[in-house]
This record gives sequence, structure tokens and C-alpha cells, in this order.
Amino acid sequence: MNKSLKRLDLIFKNEHDADVILEKSLKRSNEELIEDLISSGLKGRGGAGFPTGLKWKLSAEATGKEKYVICNADEGEPGTFKDREILSSVPHKVMAGMAICARIIGSQKGYIYLRGEYKFLVPQLNKTIDEFHELLDKLNLDFRIEIFLGCGAYICGEETSLFESMEGHRGEPRNKPPFPTDAGYKGGPTVINNVETLAHTYSIFKYGPEKFKDLGVKDSRGSKVFSVSGDTPTPGIYELEFGMTLQKFVDDFGDGDAKAVQVGGAAGFCVPRKKFDKTVIGYKGKLTGVSLPTGGSMMIFNSSRSMYNVLHNYLDFFVEESCGQCTPCRVGTQQLLLGIEAVKRGDKSSLYLEQLLSLAETMRITAKCGLGQSVANSFSSIVENFREEMIY
Amino acid sequence: MLQTNETIKKLADKFGRKEESLLPILENVYEQKHIISEDDMVDIARELDISAAKVYGTATFYSFLETKKCGKYVIRICKTITCMMHGKNQIIKELEELLKVNLGETTPDGLFTLKETNCLGQCHKGPAMLINDAPFTELTPGKVRDIVNKYRQEEKQVAS
Ligand SMILES: Cc1cc2nc3c(=O)[nH]c(=O)nc-3n(C[C@H](O)[C@H](O)[C@H](O)COP(=O)(O)O)c2cc1C
Ligand code: SF4
Ligand code: FES
Repeated sequence: MNKSLKRLDLIFKNEHDADVILEKSLKRSNEELIEDLISSGLKGRGGAGFPTGLKWKLSAEATGKEKYVICNADEGEPGTFKDREILSSVPHKVMAGMAICARIIGSQKGYIYLRGEYKFLVPQLNKTIDEFHELLDKLNLDFRIEIFLGCGAYICGEETSLFESMEGHRGEPRNKPPFPTDAGYKGGPTVINNVETLAHTYSIFKYGPEKFKDLGVKDSRGSKVFSVSGDTPTPGIYELEFGMTLQKFVDDFGDGDAKAVQVGGAAGFCVPRKKFDKTVIGYKGKLTGVSLPTGGSMMIFNSSRSMYNVLHNYLDFFVEESCGQCTPCRVGTQQLLLGIEAVKRGDKSSLYLEQLLSLAETMRITAKCGLGQSVANSFSSIVENFREEMIY
Repeated sequence: MLQTNETIKKLADKFGRKEESLLPILENVYEQKHIISEDDMVDIARELDISAAKVYGTATFYSFLETKKCGKYVIRICKTITCMMHGKNQIIKELEELLKVNLGETTPDGLFTLKETNCLGQCHKGPAMLINDAPFTELTPGKVRDIVNKYRQEEKQVAS
């Protein structure tokens, strides 16, 4: 098959120069460093896509108590496994990013919030952290990194829920505002970034913002690490440029029979075959056609798969992982699941799907956090595009 | 008579007597005892000077913090979409036959507990499972038999 998409190697290239990059960067002023990040156009790779330079700037400007830098390694979105690979193969890049951030915002304490499912990475990571601390001592930077281990809760990837969990509480998301940049962990101004985002900051400080900006398209700059799974002969982790169409992606990675791709995990969107060439992978912006933000999860389904089973599996996931704090999400997820089961059994007519769709939309507006708000993404895109499969 | 709970005291010494230590303490208690008992929750509450209800609330929120007795090895099979597509049901069936328990149960010898869990972040190598902290991927019924046998044999060696 003709592999048309360019493979990139910015993230996983093993460059043993974290010390050099760190030393070089620490000699520059905070303003210059932030300016580099902002002009690079880097946006968060954890799914929400907030501009990273602005996040650091806001935290730097925030006054108050102790400040924190947190690396979000909770990676729980179904179909995502890139952060595990980044932390296993190039952890020093992530830590260098954290340390530079710490100097900029004035933080002495950093945490890597590692999901419990990745506990097997702890010995190796701790070794790297120890070595990194020696380097920081040499560079006279007063900053320490510690691992905080999650205990099996998807919702704790949501930033405020993650703080709650670190503080010893149930992982129930907070209201926003206040935003983490003003009041995050223990009420202190906090920068929380995805593993991949932090690794990209290293590349930007090393190669300059121009090289980063050259990749991708307007509003979606740089490269992105994708986790590819499902019906594909080549499952795995791939660094690609933003701005590709789903058609190009499927040509590269599909098994020749792809009928749908779920972009962004259970919380993301399902795109059917007929929309592959109109769908561009990138953040929401002024792209032509439909653009889709993504934490990098790409699950391919071929025509042998029942999209009812796919949706059922996602809803099952949300029912279990909803923190239960707010009614729209706690009750809504359960009702959506019961609802599609009833339609499938024939206990409810197919018109009932309309009611379920409007319930999902209500959840989007009324749920307290991103979990409940995004259930409608997969629900509506699957029900609308594969309606027959829901009924028969 | 008030007995001091050495395990909890040691952990509180190690992590510090503050609320932020609650999750690490709970995680360690579970790792050592394969259960977080109500008695231990009360003792943790006392050490950290917080309410026992608070400790209970936190402990019961997280799926890896078990408040019912589990086996020495907890097997968690991923049931999320790509692992499902790649045959996790067959793996579960194999494990149920091997261990002679159903999902959610513990073997009578207290060695294994069989559970399902959500995405383990190994989707490109599904079906996947964890045995305690250790991931196993690209499972087949044959592979699962070998893995379980290995754990059983190691246990026999330890016992003899
Ligand atoms: C339900 C839910 C789960 C999330 N899980 C993760 C996660 O596992 N990893 C992550 O980096 N961000 C996750 N996020 C996004 C975070 O809240 C946050 O936006 C992100 O860590 C910010 O980092 P970034 O700007 O570098 O992307 C999740 C959000 C929601 C609503
Ligand atoms: S939307 Fe769901 S996960 Fe988020 S706060 Fe409400 S119940 Fe919890
Ligand atoms: S779906 Fe099983 S590891 Fe992700």
C-alpha cells in the first residue's frame, strides 16, 4: 500500500541532551521562553487544546501561595496509549519541560500523576527522576519532581478531579472558574499539562518555534502522536502532522474495509466512511470541512463490526466512570445505555432514539465536567450515522 | 483496649500525617493486605486526624482500592472496545475455566481474583490484562494458561 502520510520523529527521537537544552533555556528570560511557546502555536495534547504558552503565562502572572507543575499521565481515554510510550522512552524530555515551566512560573514542586494501570513504570521513572534531580542541582534550580500514583479512575484525568484526588478526596471535578492557573492543587496556581505537551515544549526550546510552526496547518501547529488501534494491520504509535484528512489516514492505516473511525476515544466523535475525505484532523478552527480535536486516539472499525456494540461498550464505560456527582451525567449515562438496549430489543420504537439524542444534548449543556458533556459526541455521531444498526 | 496498628503507623510516618497522604496510604495498605478493611480505615482516619467517613468515601471511589478481600494476585482483563474486538471474551472464558471461578470471584486458595477493568492503555496489543501491576498483552488462551501456570509454580516454590 502506498504510505502517503509523512512519519515524523520529533518526540521519540532519543536525544541525550536534556541537560544542554535545559541549561541553554534557563539562561534565557522567562519572557523570551513564553514568547517562543506562544509563537510556536503549541496547544495542549490532552484533548482540550488550550494554548500552552498562554497557560504558562497566566500561571507566571498569578500571585499567591506555592505554585505547582503537574504532568498529567492519567491517560485513561479508551484507545490512547501514547503517553505511556513517551514516559517509557523519552521521560527526560517531559521532565525538562516541567523544569523550564517551574522556573518560569516560580514553582519548586512538580508531580507526575501516573495512572495506577502504569504502576509498572514507576521503578524506571524514579531512577530517571533521581538522575534528573542531580542535573537540577548542578544547574542550581530548586525544583523537585515526584510521582503520584492514581488508583484506577478515568475521571481523575480531568484536571480538577486530579487535584482532588491528590488532596486525598474522591475524584470529583470542581467548578471552573477558578481555573488551575489561578487556583489548582492545594489552591496554588498550577500548570497542568499532558505528557506529550511537555515533551513538545522541549522540542520547541531546542529547535525554536519556527520549526514547530512549519508543521501542521493554521490553528493546529506541529506534530501529534496518534494511538492507532482497532481494525488495522499496523496498530501502534505514530507521530504525524496535523491537518491530514481522515481519508488519507484510513488509506495508510485501515485494512481496506474501514467503515468508521472513532477520533478522540469514547469521548470523541465517530466518523463514517462517507465523511472521511471531508474530515480534517486538527483542533477546532478555520479548517475547511469538519475538524476534530483529538487526544490522539484513533480506533478503526471495519464493516464486520456492529456499531451498536461499539456504542454499547462506550456507554458501559461512561456509566462506570462517571463520578456520580451531578445528575445529568450520573442518570443520563445510565438512561442512554438502557435506552439503546430497549430500542434494540424492540421494547421501544425507533422514534425513542430522538428522545435519547435530545437527552445527550441536554447532558452536553448541563453536565458539570467534560466527561458528562462529551458523552453526546460519540452518542450522537454513532446514532445519527448508523441508525439502522441501532434498531435492527 | 486501643492497639496500635503498626502497618498504618509506619505508612503515616513514611508519607506524612496530612490529607494528601491518604491515597498513597490506602494504596499501600491494599498492596500489603489485599483489602482495605473498615478497621484499617478507622485507624488511618485517626493517624491523619480526619473523619473515618472521609477515608471511607475516598477508599470506595477508586476501582483499584478494594474494600473486599482479594486474592494475592488480582487479574484485571480489559473489557474496553479494542480488546473486546480482539477477543477478550475468549480470554475471560479461558481464565474462568483455568481458575474455576467466575468474574468477580477469588479462588478458594486465595491466590487469584478475576476481574474486568477499563482500557489499560495497551490497545494496540489487545487483548490485554494486568496481574497486580504487571501488564500482559496480545493474549491467547494458550498464553494465558502459561502465565497462570507460571504464577502457580512460583507460589509452590515459595511455599516449599
Ligand atoms: C473526563 C476527562 C478525562 C481527561 N483525561 C485526561 C488524561 O488522561 N490526560 C490528559 O492529559 N488530559 C486529560 N483530560 C484533560 C485535562 O483536564 C486537561 O485539560 C489537560 O491535562 C491539560 O493539559 P494540556 O493542555 O497539555 O492538554 C481529561 C479531561 C476530561 C474531561
Ligand atoms: S459530568 Fe459526570 S464525571 Fe463530570 S462531575 Fe458530573 S457526574 Fe462527575
Ligand atoms: S481497549 Fe483494552 S487496553 Fe485499551
